[in-house]
Amino acid sequence: MGAETEYGIHTPGTNTFNATWLSTQVVHAYSLETGHRAAAGGETRWDYTDEDPLADARGWVVPRGEAHPSQLTDVEPELTAAQIALEGGETIDHAGPLMMNMVLGNGARLYVDHAHPEYSSPEVTNPLDAVRWDAAGDLVALAAVRRIAATPGLPAINLYKNNTDNKSVSYGSHENYLMPRQVPFKDIVSGLTPFFATRQLMCGAGRVGRGQDGSGTGFQISQRADFFEAEVGLETTIRRPIINTRDEPHATAEKYRRLHVIIGDANLSQVSNYLKFGTTALVLDMIEHGTAPDLKLADPVATLQAVSHDWELSRTHRLADGSSLGALDIQWRYLEAAKAHAAANGSSHPDTGDGHTAAVLARWEQVLAGLGSDPMALAGQVEWIAKLKLLQQYRARDNMGWKDPRLALIDLQWSDIRPEKGLYYKLLQRGAMERLLSDEAIAHAAQQPPEDTRAYFRGQCIQRYGPNVVGASWDSVIFELPSQRRLQRIPTKEPLRGTRELTGVLFETSPDAEAFLGRLLAGSH
Amino acid sequence: MASQEQKNVSSHTEEEQLDETPLPTPAPDSESGQAATSGVDELLDEIDGVLETNAEEFVRGFVQKGGQ
Repeated sequence: MGAETEYGIHTPGTNTFNATWLSTQVVHAYSLETGHRAAAGGETRWDYTDEDPLADARGWVVPRGEAHPSQLTDVEPELTAAQIALEGGETIDHAGPLMMNMVLGNGARLYVDHAHPEYSSPEVTNPLDAVRWDAAGDLVALAAVRRIAATPGLPAINLYKNNTDNKSVSYGSHENYLMPRQVPFKDIVSGLTPFFATRQLMCGAGRVGRGQDGSGTGFQISQRADFFEAEVGLETTIRRPIINTRDEPHATAEKYRRLHVIIGDANLSQVSNYLKFGTTALVLDMIEHGTAPDLKLADPVATLQAVSHDWELSRTHRLADGSSLGALDIQWRYLEAAKAHAAANGSSHPDTGDGHTAAVLARWEQVLAGLGSDPMALAGQVEWIAKLKLLQQYRARDNMGWKDPRLALIDLQWSDIRPEKGLYYKLLQRGAMERLLSDEAIAHAAQQPPEDTRAYFRGQCIQRYGPNVVGASWDSVIFELPSQRRLQRIPTKEPLRGTRELTGVLFETSPDAEAFLGRLLAGSH
Repeated sequence: MASQEQKNVSSHTEEEQLDETPLPTPAPDSESGQAATSGVDELLDEIDGVLETNAEEFVRGFVQKGGQ
């Protein structure tokens, strides 16, 4: 699994700068920070060979001519000074190159996507690691912001880990899950939809304002819910669907699909982020084995939004069979099914289990029980409750109505990634937010890749042989060796190969790219 | 939206319902209550110190281009 975060980007006091150009400055700043650009002599090019954004998991391909331009993510973005000039907005010509893409030494990708800087985490095998390498991305973004702030001539850039400007625009934080291809897509849709409409109770980030433009009064659980308009579909920027059907496996396509989840909020709370990945992975495992609860919402999109608006958890939601259930009841149905599923396959066994499922189930149950008895007591764990508690404390002290602009500011500044400004970080520093990972562990993950996936191979290649790596993608690394005229493309189609166990010795005993490739291709590892 | 989903708010406007929600304030006379209150005061004082100045203008200025 893995996470993608698009950060909100802002230059305080002015809106005159071009957002795409600002985003290139974030990538450029981080490349200067790591020295990787200097080593490679240019940005790490993305290898688009295996990208296929118009393949629909339901079994067809959208003709290019019918696709929205923002869906064509498999071509190198042509970013020139002339194009930025067309988009409008200020730039500073002497500030540095228009850098669109970097592959990082921790196996992640940092790039410019739709006028936002985006960090895509390396592939990991468990929910705690998903939290770890997603939080590492916030440190990457922070390092870039710090560097820009210290660079004379550049405007100060703030980055926000949120999902909307409250003025009709939303930007995503996506999750990716590897699944066996033989699972029928219709089972994924039916099994996931009621879960996705209600999991925000645990992993919503909270939002002040209602409706896409935020003009409606009041608080809601989710940043993203009001931006979803369809149940199933291929798009991610328009007519957003609860279940996204993009079918780019970034792996051996006959064996795997990559489920691209676009409905989640970006999370700073480690517990919320952990539950987001952990419970979703369990539900997908149930769908794969036919043990997911048999629930069907009468109107999934309306329910998604009703659940988000109902932070007092007082409403019920209509099912297709005419009965009604509360959002919390729906989550309990999934939890009970997951407990039975994990007990039957042994994954939650305290001694012989997989080491993760039991912890996810226990936390899931604890949070659902808390939501049913005293939700405010979960303020140290669940992000929307933490934010709501702070907002309510302000309202009580200063007698504010929900339209007070300071509440909107608290909502926004909650997600400022700078620890001295971000309100989430203020609570974390005071011990009011639970940590699942130490600051040291997250800092380590900003530098080093996971050891148990192909991200290890990618990250080590960048760290050790960066000057010879001219391109990379999720399923390839491309070398250019001085002794060879042709580029050498190493496919990494199997997500669980390229691990430290399989390639660590080869890396440690190969002093340069030439030796490494020679031994790799000779099969001597 | 389904009528069931609105049954609990039918007698209020949304604004009233939100504003009537009891705020999480501790019991006034207990010692732990007073400690919690001073903790909250201290927290809000600290946050007052880092909040961007001119909230309305700052929030209005935060305008994003489209994303996924």
